[in-house]
Amino acid sequence: MNATNGFTPGHSYFEATARQRLQQILDAGSFREFLAPETVEVSPHLAALDLPGAFDDGVIIGAASLGGRRVLVAAQEGRFMGGSVGEIHGAKIVGLLRRAVAERPDAVLLLVDSGGVRLHEANAGLIAISEIMRAVLTVRAAGVPVLALVGGSCGAFGGMGIVAKLCSAILISEEGRLALSGPEVIETVMGVEEFDSKDRALVWRVTGGKHRYLMGDCAELVEDDSAAFRLGALEYLDTHGEPEPSLFTLRAVQQHLSDRMVRFGAYRDGLEVWADLGVAQPQQVPLLDRDSLVALKKGLPA
Amino acid sequence: MEKLEFKFPSQPGKISPITALCGVVGSGNLEILVRTGSDADVCEVSIKTSARGFGEIWQAVLTDFAEHNPAGGTRIFINDMGATPAVVSLRLGQALTEYLGVAQ
Repeated sequence: MNATNGFTPGHSYFEATARQRLQQILDAGSFREFLAPETVEVSPHLAALDLPGAFDDGVIIGAASLGGRRVLVAAQEGRFMGGSVGEIHGAKIVGLLRRAVAERPDAVLLLVDSGGVRLHEANAGLIAISEIMRAVLTVRAAGVPVLALVGGSCGAFGGMGIVAKLCSAILISEEGRLALSGPEVIETVMGVEEFDSKDRALVWRVTGGKHRYLMGDCAELVEDDSAAFRLGALEYLDTHGEPEPSLFTLRAVQQHLSDRMVRFGAYRDGLEVWADLGVAQPQQVPLLDRDSLVALKKGLPA
Repeated sequence: MEKLEFKFPSQPGKISPITALCGVVGSGNLEILVRTGSDADVCEVSIKTSARGFGEIWQAVLTDFAEHNPAGGTRIFINDMGATPAVVSLRLGQALTEYLGVAQ
């Protein structure tokens, strides 16, 4: 397949910073940043706690083109305070989404890399997350698809896990993770017997990209490569429109989730879930490459 | 957090139309913003750092930077999360290169 617009493939999405991801995924030279560094205040909450902030408060927003389509895009920087959503960080994303309602771009891309709310900012962060959720749904109701790309070191957890699931679709890499409470949160609250957050293999079997793809939580599993995320997003936008919101669809999804809870709720590990899904050798799943796993999923009973 | 302010004499560089930003405020790392300053042969630096009490080391690293690079005419802002002197030097070089890279 041909990556267009002078794009150079071969960059690990996981290793890249948020700004590098934007350069690598969007059409070359097309990104125009909104609220560039120095034009927006740094977090007053972090300053009050005597902590240095970041010029962009850990998220970069702007307009660009993707394969010639007009997109609005936000990229979270997981290396700054775990990609956490503080007041300014959240306001930037909400503003971008509201702009999407007014401008009706071809799509909105959220490059999610976040542990969720920035606890230092407490209620301001929580409110910001809820505003993002509302704004994502408003954008979708306006007929603009919102894609979540998940493949950074922080994954999509907490409120940003919910935001990702509110999007039209999620593209995830094997390295990506998606869940509500993070592994360390579960261990802290429920004890190590409930969940051993140091067991990285277990963490990925329960929250990782392959598991989420097999479960149908993510539309696409892509390689850990910015080119793969780019192509995955382009393919999705080529083949999907944004459907009208409907109560019927919502009820069907709710029913599906309830059935899933009954079917898998007692399991302790992805291995058990995969066996139940019909995977003949579940212990092999973590070793499969992306293409083999996609083929395996295609062969599973519906 | 500690706030530090420095001014160093430095050889004038080209005036660039851009603001350069590199690095991330992550553990052991820092972000550096470089834009055009007011005085052609001065490099003015403002630092916010999570590590207190390292003013002398900052001074030494930045003095070395300003002596060996055409950093005159720049205004530099740093947000630091405990980067080592070696990392600071490398990032300063990277940020200045980026700033001067598109100079006309």
